[in-house]
Amino acid sequence: MAQRTYLQAISDGLREEMRRDERVFVMGEDVGAFGGAFKVTDGLLEEFGAERVRDTPIAEAGIIGTAVGAAIAGLRPVCEMQFADFIACGFDQLVNVAAKMHYRLGLAVPLTVRLPSGGGFSGGPFHSQNPEAWFMHAPGLKVLAPSTPQDAKGMLAAAIRDPNPVVFLEHKHLYRRVRDEVPDGAYATQPRARLAREGTDATVIAYGAMVHAALEAAGGIDASVEVLDLRSLVPLDEEAILASVRRTSKVLVLDEANRTCAAGAQVASLIADRGFEDLDAPVRRLATPDVPIPFSPPLEQAVLPSVDAIGEAIRELLAY
Amino acid sequence: MAVLELADAREPDLLQDADRLGLLRHMLAMRAVEERALKLYKQGRIPGSMYDGRGQEAISVAATWALAGADAVCSPLIRDLGAHLVRGTDLADIFRHYMGRRNPLSQGREGNVHFGDRRRGVVGMVSMLPDMMVVAVGLAMAFRMRGEQRCALTFFGDGATSRGDWHEAMNWAALDKLPVVFVLENNQMAYSTPTARQFAVDPVHRAAGYGIQACTVDGNDPEAVFGAVWHARRRALAGEGPTLVEAVTMRMHGHGAHDDARYVDPELVRTWSLRDPIDLFGARMRGRGADVVALSAEVDAEVEAAVQAALATPMADPATATDGVFCTAEPEPLGTGPSRYSGYAGAA
Repeated sequence: MAQRTYLQAISDGLREEMRRDERVFVMGEDVGAFGGAFKVTDGLLEEFGAERVRDTPIAEAGIIGTAVGAAIAGLRPVCEMQFADFIACGFDQLVNVAAKMHYRLGLAVPLTVRLPSGGGFSGGPFHSQNPEAWFMHAPGLKVLAPSTPQDAKGMLAAAIRDPNPVVFLEHKHLYRRVRDEVPDGAYATQPRARLAREGTDATVIAYGAMVHAALEAAGGIDASVEVLDLRSLVPLDEEAILASVRRTSKVLVLDEANRTCAAGAQVASLIADRGFEDLDAPVRRLATPDVPIPFSPPLEQAVLPSVDAIGEAIRELLAY
Repeated sequence: MAVLELADAREPDLLQDADRLGLLRHMLAMRAVEERALKLYKQGRIPGSMYDGRGQEAISVAATWALAGADAVCSPLIRDLGAHLVRGTDLADIFRHYMGRRNPLSQGREGNVHFGDRRRGVVGMVSMLPDMMVVAVGLAMAFRMRGEQRCALTFFGDGATSRGDWHEAMNWAALDKLPVVFVLENNQMAYSTPTARQFAVDPVHRAAGYGIQACTVDGNDPEAVFGAVWHARRRALAGEGPTLVEAVTMRMHGHGAHDDARYVDPELVRTWSLRDPIDLFGARMRGRGADVVALSAEVDAEVEAAVQAALATPMADPATATDGVFCTAEPEPLGTGPSRYSGYAGAA
């Protein structure tokens, strides 16, 4: 095993899958000679050539739509949206064409769309969004959000090998900040929820970058706080969520996305519906308020859930 | 990039008499199926709505006739039933699908001409019409990447040329000189909006502006459509890039059975009714010795048998309504349809 950053792990995962399966190819804006806006595809052009590492026009509907065609024809396209925000321009192709294809026509669409998402770096309103809830609401799409380098590599392989369209959220804030032991060679991680930290007094449920914020907050509290990393939003590991509720009886659902209809709202609803008897406190939610993500650092920090705010919410929950 | 003249695209000598008879048979079948379906709709047997392509039969039939079996059709639209018929989709299954009964095409999850058949290389449409043009470009991209001698063909109407995806498809296909044939059915109406309110520059000229070879043909003449698509396919496979074939026609009914088309100038419809593609081509075939009345009766009998088989089939099972959202097995490859054109006889 080697020490790899989250970004390197995604890059490794792509490379391993392209070596393993000649049907896999990458396409997106500036993914070739430039190596991608964040350098995830750096070096792939040299190894695999321009046929399998395809620079595209600035045409997001074209990227998703042609990938759907290639997937139907039997290939395994991996599309990079330069920033998750830009998926809005290809939204129709993803939710109306790709997502419904199997249900309507029985055709499989083995397509992976990589979305560099999230805030925390003064990206402003068009480079910081967490659009996962848009896709959770479109039947036919799987939605994954890894939080560790080991998971990022393994879950990307699982996405590429899946015969369905998969939205793969990779959090930009983690790219170079998180480093971990990552197994060599190709492997696929089945995206069930993962206990990132065991505890008995309260559970924080999170995914993506918020898992790290939750762990930091939990570590600063004099109580036994469990942190559950969802890994997959569709399908949602409902049993793992309910099992954690049974263990701790108090739950904070944490979300970096805007609060209304966020992934965490679905989790809270699930717990209210099927875990009510196990609760010793109302389900608490912490998310970004319903504003576009602002540019100026103090404004951005004011809206994203901070470690301090998470810690405070956990303490309030424990004191209930 | 040149805009081909009509005369360049027509090459009737390509066709044998057996081809011409096949074209006529499938045009007759398209009209017979749709006339019968409109009756079933009015009887309440077909739910939702019913869309037909009266007067446009020459386009989808002849365009699909010009394809080899390995080529993909992505996607026949609501006036392109003929493409499905040429590819050999079962008539009874089509009626089962229209009526929401148990069927292998859509399992009751879709209606009207929203279906395809993977095994026959036909990808079904979506309602956002130019969306599938980009998908067709992707199919062509995959064929090219694998070094396969296949092209993709896609249909769209005049209204679809106003959407962004149309422009993305044009630009993308031209950039990579991909093996794709774009068939524009200019039937002069996008629902109730005439082309005069749809675009300032004709799509043929816009396509040429993207670097795409384009031509205009008489959409009511199957031999003209065949010739243009045959040439377009040959260009595509020779690496010369995409072609846009504009087939000019007229929508003879409303947008769907629910639409009486009161907004259309009746004189326009009357003029075009004198140019009915089945009447004109039927007369031409009678001149070549074909028994069109017998052929038509044969087709009608097949259609009626299909309707009866469909009516005897149970409705889709409600217990299956939530099945099939996700694929759970390794995908099957996109299949290949029959090569109807005699010029491909013996080809794989």
